Formats: sequence, structure tokens, C-alpha cells
Amino acid sequence: MLSGLFLIGEREHMLSDLFFFIGEHGQPMQTTMLLTVIAVLTVVGYFLGRGRAVAIAGGRLSTLHSVPPYHGFFVALWAGVPALLLLAVWVSCEGPVIMSLVLAQLPAALIPTDHQALTLLQTDILNLAAGVSNGREPDPAVADAAGLYNTLHMVAESCLLALGSALAVAGLTLARRQIRGDLRARNRVEAALNVLLILCSLVAILTTVGIVLSLLFQAIQFFTMVPLTDFLFGLHWNPQTAFSGDVKGSFGAVPIFTGTLLITVIAMVVAVPIGLMSAVYMSEYAAPTVRSVAKPVLEILAGIPTVVYGFFAALTMAPVIRDVGTALGLEVSSQSALAAGVVMGIMIIPFVSSLSDDVINAVPQALRDGSYGLGATRSETIREIVLPAALPGIVGAVMLAISRAIGETMIVAMAAGLAANLTANPLAAVTTVTVQIAATIRGDQEFNSPKTLSVFGLGLVLFIVTLILNVIALRVVQKYREKYD
Amino acid sequence: MRLDNIQMSVANRQGPAVRAIPSVNNKITARDVNVYYATKRALKDINLDIEENRVTALIGPSGCGKSTFLRCLNRMNDTIDICRIEGQIQLDSVDIYAKAIDTVQLRARVGMVFQKPNPFPKSIYDNIAYGPRIHGLAQRGAEMDEVVRSSLERAGLWGEVKDRLKEPGTGLSGGQQQRLCIARAIAVSPEVILMDEPCSALDPIATAHIEELIDELRASYTIVIVTHNMQQAARVSQKTAFFHLGEMVECNDTEEIFTNPRDERTQGYITGRYG
Repeated sequence: MLSGLFLIGEREHMLSDLFFFIGEHGQPMQTTMLLTVIAVLTVVGYFLGRGRAVAIAGGRLSTLHSVPPYHGFFVALWAGVPALLLLAVWVSCEGPVIMSLVLAQLPAALIPTDHQALTLLQTDILNLAAGVSNGREPDPAVADAAGLYNTLHMVAESCLLALGSALAVAGLTLARRQIRGDLRARNRVEAALNVLLILCSLVAILTTVGIVLSLLFQAIQFFTMVPLTDFLFGLHWNPQTAFSGDVKGSFGAVPIFTGTLLITVIAMVVAVPIGLMSAVYMSEYAAPTVRSVAKPVLEILAGIPTVVYGFFAALTMAPVIRDVGTALGLEVSSQSALAAGVVMGIMIIPFVSSLSDDVINAVPQALRDGSYGLGATRSETIREIVLPAALPGIVGAVMLAISRAIGETMIVAMAAGLAANLTANPLAAVTTVTVQIAATIRGDQEFNSPKTLSVFGLGLVLFIVTLILNVIALRVVQKYREKYD
Repeated sequence: MRLDNIQMSVANRQGPAVRAIPSVNNKITARDVNVYYATKRALKDINLDIEENRVTALIGPSGCGKSTFLRCLNRMNDTIDICRIEGQIQLDSVDIYAKAIDTVQLRARVGMVFQKPNPFPKSIYDNIAYGPRIHGLAQRGAEMDEVVRSSLERAGLWGEVKDRLKEPGTGLSGGQQQRLCIARAIAVSPEVILMDEPCSALDPIATAHIEELIDELRASYTIVIVTHNMQQAARVSQKTAFFHLGEMVECNDTEEIFTNPRDERTQGYITGRYG
């Protein structure tokens, strides 16, 4: 959420702000010392707490509400957590606070009014304070400010060390004094652990929210420059012309999405039948010895880096397809959707086959026995009983494979090209959403040019499409899921 | 001491208790059957006759080979790679392990109901229609509807499910699921039905249902049932075979086995001394 709000207000300066934070001072000695002090006090607190609990129990541990180690953890947490929280707050606030104090000391004439120049000035002060010269003779006032910055920084760090150590010692002492036979130390420690677990899951959730929000806000900015309808329904994609100011008509994403669709369809046509049938073979027909060799070998396919698939597609597959096509009298471009799609399909086979194999194996043997017991043949049993029972898992595997195909970049970049052609011809060169994003973000473009921002529009649509696919997959899986106990 | 008492009480009942059972055709005959799982010998020289239109119960402690023997009768052991079978099993005097025999046709004649109800993940209707359809026994439509209805009726399930034939079979209760599996087996019109502890996963009421059903089915089918429950064997079967450590110890009329066992091991088992 915070990152999102930050982006709303100051998104146009995100890059420079980023450098501002990187350019800050590294962690000085005092912080390391404080961390050491906290660590030592935590360990000491554990043993003190445990020892006191043992002493109180006086040999009869059953008189304690919680066993002694919980008392130890209780004291250790009080020694460590408040001091660490102080450290975290201090470190995140220190830089901006000191900087505002320093700027307040500068003569008002020196402080620029626009944000960009102010950021530059702050960077200058920080560089000077760190002893990094930019080659120019600094303004004496700025040099003074840098000196002041260093002094304040030193003072702040020493304060932090003193305050942090005091807090740790205080926490330890107070917690140790609380220890009595009926102290519910276990419940307190478990509550603290509960908070820790919640924080960990929050990290994942907040990261997702942050990514979605940043995607959303940048995309909105893009759509203020290029109308949404132009983007979604335009048939012409040529961001290069947008550079010369002609924004309208350059960002029609239809060719890119049809390219993605074309390559994904080709990949699935290759991967789903082959993957599914090899899964059926391996789980239902293959002898255990064959299976124990064949399955790992198939899974090696999943371990090949996509870049290797990429040059296999570009240097081996594409020429073969071109030669065959030419021999048949067809016009084939040397970079074709077919080459990329087929190789991508091969790459995805292990996803489909390995996951389907697992779900087919998870179908209870009792169902097969029931079917065989009625005189069904093996193929009837597989078609009528095993595959329907495994359907939710198979749908899940296919959906995962589709997501993988849509998100794949390297193979397409190498084998299918960058030309945003609007075509359904698998022998022509096409491009996909991910390839366009990769190609655009690599360029030396101004950050807030429509061309750069277009990646957020593409990314947003890609995100929405995969989200919809996942929701569909989830629905299908829920609808057909059977419970076996 | 206790054993002596029991033997005496059993001996006292001999004579008038023995009831003459009219001789019937042997539907299945097993001669010198040996089964090996890899190198482990699971069945040793089994000789057993299964009589037509009777319920034969196979009893014995866990791991004694009774389920293995049952699965030999419709060649379900073929699906286990490491399993090897020697000897001869005849169905209507034809060797079922002969090369000319197709397991698909054999299993259509010798149906099976398993320990845990295993309805297919299909509708109740399709669960029943599956067998007739793959064997081409009925045309899709009215003819199939009739097969489904009569199978469910014979399994005593029709009244409970007739309004929800399109619902999944897995949504039924455990006892209903097991009767669905029996109906599914009946639907292919088998001659023999093998039941591998069909009630072990069911509550007493569902069990009573199934036992009644087995008794009714006896008129039209030859039934072989594996059970751990000796009361059940006594209630539903006419013949009982006792298996122990891979051997068929004793086979006789059910009443005879439970009142006058010939073998000490049989006696030990049915009196609860072990097993």
C-alpha cells in the first residue's frame, strides 16, 4: 500500500528517487554494534529467563504454568523485539529527517523550488558528505551542509546505539522481573510467533498488491496518452513512430495479442496431446522399470534453460521449417510462429505429462479394480473411468501450461521475431506481448515516454488474461472435483 | 481344558444336527492352486469346489489368502505384476487360465464387489449403465433404462434413488454405495458374484440390508463371499471354507463348520482363540 501511495504522488520521479535511496550511506559501525548488542542480550535473556523459572520452580517443574524454555523465549523476545523495532524505525526515518534539518540551515536562496533540482541538490550534499567528488568545486554553503550532515549523522548513530541498547536492557530486566510460576509464558511466546507467521504471509500478499498497483498506475498514465480503445482495438503496432510525436495509431495491440494467441495455440496443439498421451502411457501401460527411466528423462526437458530452446528453435527448427515449406512451394519467413510454437510446445510437454501422470496415479486403484471387475478393457477403463476422475488435475496442468506459454519470452524473441504482423498464418513472423515488453524495456528511452509506458499497458492486459485463466481453471477444478477417502 | 469342553459339546450335537443338503452342480472347481507374490507363496495347493446357486463363505484370519483366492476366480490378480498362479481353476468345466480365455469375457461372467464401496465418479444411472454399455448388452435409451431400473430393484436401491438417477453415485451413503456396486455387478448379468468383505466398511443396519440382499440373490447367482465376521458367514452362507496361512484347512456345510469343525485350527478360530 505504501509503495502504491508513494507512486500516486511522485511517480514521475520514481527513478531519481530510487537513486537517491541507493546513494545513501551504507550501514555504519554503530548499527552493526547495536545488532551485536541485541543478539547478545537476546541470548543472555533466554538463559536468564530460563534460569529464573527453574529457580522459582525449585525442582518441581510442574508448579510452573509453562516449561522453563518458554520463560527463556519470553525474556529473549522482550530483549530483542522492541530494540529491533526501534532500529527499523530509526533507519527508515533518519535520512529524511537529517536532510530536512540540513536544508533548513541552508540560505533560502540556495534551495530550488522545483522538485527535480531539489533532488539534485540533495544528491550533491550526500555525495560530498560521503567524500565522493563530482569534479566541480562545491558551493561553500553546500560544503558546509555536507559537513553538518556528517555531524548530525554521527550524533544520530550514537544516539541510536545508546537508546537501542538501553531499550534491550530495559526489556530484558522488566520481562525477567515478570517471571512467576503462573506466568503464561507459553501463550505469550506463541502469540508472538503467530504475529511472525502473519507478517510472513503479509509480505507475499503486500508484494502482490504493490506490483498490481504499480502496474495499474503506470498503465493509467499510459492510457492518458494513448486512448484505451486505440490500444485494445488498434491494428497497427509501431512504437518507433510514436517517438516522433505521432502517438495516435501507433499503439494498436491487436497484432501483439493475436501473435501471442497464435503461438500459444500452436504450443498447446503440440504439448497437450503428446503430454497427455505420454502420461497415460507412463501411468497405465509402462512397466515399472520403463517408467522409472522414462519419467525422469522426460522431466529433464523441463530443466533445459529456455534460452537453449530459443536457439534450438532459431537455428535448427526455423531453417528446417523454412526448407520444408520452400520445398512444398510455400513462402516461409525465416522467423516463423510455427518454429517458436512447436519448440515452446516441446518445452511444455513435461509440465503437462508430469502433472497429468501424478493426477492419474492419484486416481484410486479401487476405481480401476471396479471397472476391470465388470469386464472392462484397459482402454475402456482409462477413457471412461480414469481420465474423467483425473480431469480436474489435467485441466489444472493444461492451464498451468498455457500460463507458461503466454509468459514465455526467450524462445519467441529468438525464433519468431519482433515484427508485429497481424496474421493467422503460422509461417509468418509474429511477436508476442512478453517479447515486446522485453524489447521495449531494454531500450534507452525516457521513462515517461509513451513507448516505455506501453509495457505497463501490455503487462496489465497480460496480467488480467492470466488471472482470468486461473479463475476458470479453479472453477473447473472445483466443479469436477470428486472426494475420495 | 476349555478346548476339551467345546469339543465335547460339539460332539454331543453331532448326529441329528447334520442336515442333508441335496447335491448340486459345482460351478467352480479349483485344483492344486498355488499363488506366489514374487517369491512369497500366498496360497498352497488349494482344492475347493464352489456349488451353483449357493453362498460360499471364505473365512480365516487376516493374510490367510482368502481374498487372494477370491481374486483368482475372476483373474483380478492378473492386474498385479508380481503375482503368479499355478494349478487349475475351472468355471463350468472350462479352465479359466487357458490361453483361449479372454479376461474381459470371464469378468463379465464372474462379477465382483469390493471391500470398500467404489462407485465411479459418474451419475447413479451411468454407474449401472457402464457395464451393459461396454459389453453391448443393451441399447441406449429405453432398453438401458430398463436394465438400470431392474438392477437397482434387485439390489434394493431403486426406491431410494429413483428420483435422483442423475446425481453422482459418490453422493450416496456408504451402505447405498455398496448396494450400488452390487447393482452395477448385477447389471452385466453375471453367473457368479464374488464379494470381498462387502460389509466391512458399513454400519450394522446397512450390513443387514446387504445380507438380506445376498440371500435373495442366491436364487439366480452363485455367490462367493470373503468375510471376517463369523456371524455373517453363519447367517448368509450354505458352505464355508476356512483358510489359514495360505492353506485351505477345511470346507464343509456352514452349519457343520460352526458346530462340528474337524480341524483343531478351525475350532480355534471360530471359538475366538486366535485370528
